[in-house]
Amino acid sequence: MSAFLPKDEAEASDYVKSCYASGQSLTLMGNGTRQHLGRPIVTAHTLTTSAMSGITLYEPSELVIRAKAGTPVSEIEKVIAAKGQMLPFEAMDLRHVYGTQGEPTVGGLTATGLSGPRRIQQGGVRDHLIGVSFINGRGELIKSGGRVMKNVTGLDLVKISCGAHGTLGLLAELTFKLRPKPETEATLLINGLSDARGIEALCLAMGTPYEVSASAHLPSGSTRDPAQTLIRIENFASSVTYRVEQLAHALKAFGVWEILNAQDSAQLWHKIANVTLLPSSSALWRLSVPPTKAAACVAQIKAHMSIDYHYDWSGGLIWVSCATDNAAASMHIRAAVTAAQGHAILIRAPDQLRATHPVFEPQSEAMMKLNASIKASLDPKGLFNPGRMYAGL
Amino acid sequence: MTQIAFPTPDPDILARRDDIISGLAALLPPECLITSEDERRAYETDALTSYRRLPLAVVLPRSTQEVSAVLCYCHSQGVKVVPRGAGTSLAGGAIPQEDAIVIGVSKMNRILEIDYANRMARVESGVTNLSITDHVMPEGFFYAPDPSSQLACTIAGNIGMNSGGAHCLKYGVTVNNILGATLVLMDGTILQIGGPALDASGLDLLGLIIGSEGQLGIVTEACVRLLRAAEGARPVLFGFDSSEDAGACVAAIIAAGIVPVAMEFMDRPAIEICEAFAHAGYPLDVEAMLIIEVEGAQEEMAMQLERIITIAKAHHVKVVKESSSAMEAALIWKGRKSAFGATGRVADYICMDGTVPTSQLVHVLARTAEIIDTYGLKVANVFHAGDGNMHPLIMYNANDPASQALAEAAGNDILRLCVDAGGCLTGEHGVGIEKRDLMRHQFSKADLDQQMRVRAAFDPEWLLNPAKVFPLDERVPVDAPVPRKERAAA
Repeated sequence: MSAFLPKDEAEASDYVKSCYASGQSLTLMGNGTRQHLGRPIVTAHTLTTSAMSGITLYEPSELVIRAKAGTPVSEIEKVIAAKGQMLPFEAMDLRHVYGTQGEPTVGGLTATGLSGPRRIQQGGVRDHLIGVSFINGRGELIKSGGRVMKNVTGLDLVKISCGAHGTLGLLAELTFKLRPKPETEATLLINGLSDARGIEALCLAMGTPYEVSASAHLPSGSTRDPAQTLIRIENFASSVTYRVEQLAHALKAFGVWEILNAQDSAQLWHKIANVTLLPSSSALWRLSVPPTKAAACVAQIKAHMSIDYHYDWSGGLIWVSCATDNAAASMHIRAAVTAAQGHAILIRAPDQLRATHPVFEPQSEAMMKLNASIKASLDPKGLFNPGRMYAGL
Repeated sequence: MTQIAFPTPDPDILARRDDIISGLAALLPPECLITSEDERRAYETDALTSYRRLPLAVVLPRSTQEVSAVLCYCHSQGVKVVPRGAGTSLAGGAIPQEDAIVIGVSKMNRILEIDYANRMARVESGVTNLSITDHVMPEGFFYAPDPSSQLACTIAGNIGMNSGGAHCLKYGVTVNNILGATLVLMDGTILQIGGPALDASGLDLLGLIIGSEGQLGIVTEACVRLLRAAEGARPVLFGFDSSEDAGACVAAIIAAGIVPVAMEFMDRPAIEICEAFAHAGYPLDVEAMLIIEVEGAQEEMAMQLERIITIAKAHHVKVVKESSSAMEAALIWKGRKSAFGATGRVADYICMDGTVPTSQLVHVLARTAEIIDTYGLKVANVFHAGDGNMHPLIMYNANDPASQALAEAAGNDILRLCVDAGGCLTGEHGVGIEKRDLMRHQFSKADLDQQMRVRAAFDPEWLLNPAKVFPLDERVPVDAPVPRKERAAA
């Protein structure tokens, strides 16, 4: 096995062409901070995009930035913050989850497509990715989308590049739309609500006109008592003051809401975004369900096993941590999310567990057939991250 | 003389028309099958009315299962299918061909479920865009994408073209507002993609099918995101003596950290046409006008407007006109949203849809005027300035083929200009037949071949809406599956 570190698209393209000729498979990665996400794979070679780095376009007045795949997310965040702008989806940092070192890259961020708390209001990584260039399995550099926010020209290969875990192409350059960074933020907090009652409050808050930008419920458990229900408002200072008051009033049936100031609010949401509040040695699952079905989904899991967990996205995102040696966990969790019309990803577990149990939500036979055709259309010899998401893909 | 080519109809299919209609009649009740020439006429074109082709037959299924049965049959018979929403495409996306049947979704128009707590509605794809908002507005909610044709256009068509609208600056386009879809593939396979949860599992197929112009499958149901409306909304008119000032004002507002819910631009000809139609109180003594809408509580809107007005003054704004009542606000939007219809009262027109980086707006407007002058035509510009989505309305005389040819040539020049300025051919209308032959200007051969290979993963035989999006020659990359006929002959 050899490791390859191309300095630009041309080198990367040549390398993929040689693999296409020889049929030798490739593990694609950035700086490897989330390399343990997905099914364990064995390939002939590794290709790292670390050296394909740098911001290639930034137009603050157009709210758009373009960068090479190996560019550290922190570099982008620093440059745009200087102009009062942000990546709206709150890029998730998985270093705590995996205990990895190094700088997460924008390519890795896109390939995994995991978004933070603000996704409930602003949309996820895929919603803000507007242009991509990637190297397909034939070694050709392919461009899709562009630098403008509205673009329906041709078949859109941008969105499907996001969250494909490097199975469809080698991401080379990404273009994102940005948002102005809100002037300030505040968080409403109330203690002691049950899961169902907490999520009820969150759903009501999301249905108000006050543009809640994050909503989470942290239940009481091994590391916390009492439970906390949290609602974030971000805006100009005067609007934040007004909206927080209005929300506390609209939700007064749940009790008296405390207000966290901007600094405390930011710190807390950073922890929720990066799942640092749950035990770091256990297996970690990420469940996505309609918010009103979340509490029942968790109750169904708790009937079978002991878990730590919390809810983000108004209840629609559940982080579940459980013992790594609980072989039945997969069955119970998959059954619960299926009943709730949702799906689950096994984010962290020993290799052996991820090799023997589905990591991503199992798909129907018809869907797998279509996925295989799509994969073949982009990567006909199955060179890229073979089996990372599903066996045979 | 028309400029856009259609493929030669397959004589074998035309000869088998009676058999094919019998086959379809076995699958559907008579009220779902249209075969007479008179009734088929209603489906021969869409909003690109200068082109028309009579379809073999029209099928109006009532359920996902019926769509599946019809597609399965057409697949087995090698019959091409053109999907149709409400037929409001400005790009010819729903124009049939003589050897194809049309599958319309108009009978699948029920709202199946409204779920305010999860902020989601499940609908059949033939519901109109506006009917969803109308349905949930009493509870203070809305469905965000708002194309000008929203009274008539369907969610199926919106998904096909990834429709936008005036308010997508803040709320995004269709792809940002669909949670799930039921998709029927050309071979009749029914797939559920996504659902009521906030994100879908597996590969992002929703992102692939939204905007695929009916070439990957037919969407029969969708889970759409509902949003709570702001406490209030207020559009304000800003008149400028030059397009340059208006364009610079737009860039300065965004750079100042303000993203209004909408920023619409109209030039003098567009202002005059729309004012004569809607009597919205537009200023008639300016060269360019912006409609900027802010949202929130009264005090919040006042604060935002104060910031925007300060910026506008720095860019030499001549007139600022705030709407003082809900009726005035509605009139302001009526004028803008009826721009196409109002233009249609004074002349025939074709509407371009290129998007450019907002920093290029002023340059592209100036070059557009030069191009139009060269061809001896007239243009009105009305577009979404916040996201650079241009809509030059090129006026011509539809009864004069030479005039139409000039208008189309001018339109093509303008679209090439948009691409060269760093933008794209179409921001929200789609490629259809209209911009198909310009695709090579935006994409390399490798890009287009890759798009076609992905397309072929869904419909290897190119039966679904085949004459659209991609240039007619070089349709199938060499390593794609062998088309039906050659396979049969082999």
